[in-house]
Amino acid sequence: MLIPQFRTVTALAMVAALGLSLSACSDKSSSDSANGKTTITVDCPPQKTDNGGKSLAAWNNDVAAFQKQHPDIEIKTISVGSQCDNPPDFTARLQGGTQADVFYGYMTDLNQVLDADAAADITSYLNSSNIPLWDSLAPSVKAPASDNGKYYGIGYAGYAMGLVINKKLFAQAGLDPTKPPTTWQDVATDAKKIAALGNGVVGYEEYSAGNTGGWHFTAELYSRGGSAVSSDGKKAAFNNAAGKAVLQSLHDMRFTDNSMGTKQLLTWPDLLTDAGAGKVGMYVGAPDTIKAIVTQFKGQYSDWAIGPMPGDNGAAKATLGGGSVYFFKKGLTPAQIKAGIAWVNYEDLTPGQGQFNYVEQKSEGVPVGLPEPQNWIPGSDALKKDNDLKKANTNLNLDDYTPYVNNPVNVKVEPPQAQAIYAVLDAAMSAVLTQPDADISALLSTAETKVNTLLSQQS
Amino acid sequence: MATSTVLPAATGSARGAAAKARSRRGGLRRKVIDNLTGHGFLIGAVLCFAFFSWYPMVREFIMSLQHTHRGVTTWVGWANYVRIWHDPSFAAAWRNTAWFTMLALVFGYSLPFIIAVVLNEFRHAQGYLRAVAYLPVMLPPASALLLFRYAYDPSDAGIFNYLLHTLHLPTSQWVQSKAMTVPSLVIASTWMNMGGSILIYLAALQNIPGELYEAAELDGASVVRRIWHVTIPQTRLILSLMFLLQVVATMQLFIEPLILAGGAGVQDSATSVVYLMYQHAFKQNDLGGAAALGVMLLVVLAGFSALYMRLSPKQD
Repeated sequence: MLIPQFRTVTALAMVAALGLSLSACSDKSSSDSANGKTTITVDCPPQKTDNGGKSLAAWNNDVAAFQKQHPDIEIKTISVGSQCDNPPDFTARLQGGTQADVFYGYMTDLNQVLDADAAADITSYLNSSNIPLWDSLAPSVKAPASDNGKYYGIGYAGYAMGLVINKKLFAQAGLDPTKPPTTWQDVATDAKKIAALGNGVVGYEEYSAGNTGGWHFTAELYSRGGSAVSSDGKKAAFNNAAGKAVLQSLHDMRFTDNSMGTKQLLTWPDLLTDAGAGKVGMYVGAPDTIKAIVTQFKGQYSDWAIGPMPGDNGAAKATLGGGSVYFFKKGLTPAQIKAGIAWVNYEDLTPGQGQFNYVEQKSEGVPVGLPEPQNWIPGSDALKKDNDLKKANTNLNLDDYTPYVNNPVNVKVEPPQAQAIYAVLDAAMSAVLTQPDADISALLSTAETKVNTLLSQQS
Repeated sequence: MATSTVLPAATGSARGAAAKARSRRGGLRRKVIDNLTGHGFLIGAVLCFAFFSWYPMVREFIMSLQHTHRGVTTWVGWANYVRIWHDPSFAAAWRNTAWFTMLALVFGYSLPFIIAVVLNEFRHAQGYLRAVAYLPVMLPPASALLLFRYAYDPSDAGIFNYLLHTLHLPTSQWVQSKAMTVPSLVIASTWMNMGGSILIYLAALQNIPGELYEAAELDGASVVRRIWHVTIPQTRLILSLMFLLQVVATMQLFIEPLILAGGAGVQDSATSVVYLMYQHAFKQNDLGGAAALGVMLLVVLAGFSALYMRLSPKQD
């Protein structure tokens, strides 16, 4: 008798447990005014392992200091992995409505966020009373968070691409590391000399997979005065002389000069791994990649310098800029939106504190002095204050970044549907870097057809 | 009179029907009560399937007929299917997936069986050899594929090219060559997955009565004839099941192109149907298109499975 009863109880217990499990899967949202406080969740803190845990400790100190300043606000931090915007996770969170109240995204994510109806309109809150330096924030940082005149987030951690060089390899190749090449023609010449060092050294390395190839194609196209899409954003605009020049230049370096190595289909960590191993002479990148080489790929700051984005027989016409955005989840109360803005202002938009607390960063051994992030309008007081604080606390050789800082290039934002366009352009980049007989005109025509189809669907 | 004669009969018939209905209801009730335990256990599995298998399939089909823009979802009929059909990578994705499946059947299906037959002949160290054969399965797929990435380095630094070079054979560009991309994926996939198949085949082989082989030997059958006339017929059921599972699994090719070839490879040389779905869903913000492609794959695999089951000889 006992056995059937036991079975029945077990069966009922399983059903109950399943029911509980499923109910536990339901969405949990943070509450407003819990214990008289306005509570918000914020994602993308540093990882426990970053800089031996010091970065996360600094973040937690910032949260504590902020809450002390704002006793009516409680910040709850949510970790979303080392790459805060890993596309599958990010999309899943948006579709499931489980993103944090103030959630991290790339500057190219606005369309996806709006299509998922995931962000609140915070336009009316964005003013100099809530963000004292709002008017000093660069348009290239603000624009990617706005659509039809409405803001859904706050841009920060802006970057602009340049040419990163390995000083040690430059010197070994008889080149002057204080003068990075400023034209694509010089890049090709220098890359050939660096590759001649042998021992697996690549003169110039380039991405061609995982959407990063298209990303760099666009950056190099901008530098030659081109544009990925037409001004109305409805047609592809790269199937022209500038687009062909980008691909032809890379194809020549790869197969005529043999200065780009044989290993291709590289994605973001692949190139930086090679760079960290001291095998890459030059690559296109933003200053933050130098930090990544050192903190993630065992490189040395003293080996690296950065110059402006090269141009075609002269200075670059423009360089690609991007960065990060904190979006605000749809459905937040006005008090929560204000609390979120206050936090972003504290952590990311105020020189001297949060990510700009260089005194703290220097004491933690974090490099201070890299020309990033690029948030402020050139000539603004905010930029001057930030630069002064950097200079006062730097632990780097600032001369390494002088060519980049002293030769600013006009920043051009990424195209609409950027990631989808980059995915298409990966095919052209991978072909010119792996196929000696690549037909550049055909590659661009195919990519143009795909991008036009893609853009026509997004309405 | 007619009425008086008919009425009792009709009344009797109605009573009988009512009694039968009561009896049926009572029987059903009793059955439900009797099987409460069984239903209790079953409901967990049914709910799991319903929430995690059937609902997503239905939801996917619904999504494949919708388009969402700025939070507004509209019904678009078959437009997503038409659009996906005209995606320039669509044909390449199906072609690569079919080519991979075919090669995976030739190598990934037959090789484990051959190895299992050979292992089954060993009288000593069989446990050790089984463990060695199964080891690659214990490696997380991402780790195993990262090892293959290094092995496929197109310079002589890659172990495969180093070996080919040492043997004075022509080297390969592996995943950087349009022709070699899919075979490269098959080699890695076969190495990663065959351990599990070998164990299943070995279990089936060890269930074959030894008398059958003895009789075949007495009849003078060679090794090949023994395999053909004894081993294969005796493992037909498991071979048939593994064939179906192999096709369904290989058609869902994803992680190999993603890690070994950056997803698409050279001009879609590695793009698979599932990778194209991933591209649409997560890189192009096109959930409707991805869902349409998912439904297409579901229909193809369900159709294949149904056809295969129908054509397969009935087991004894």
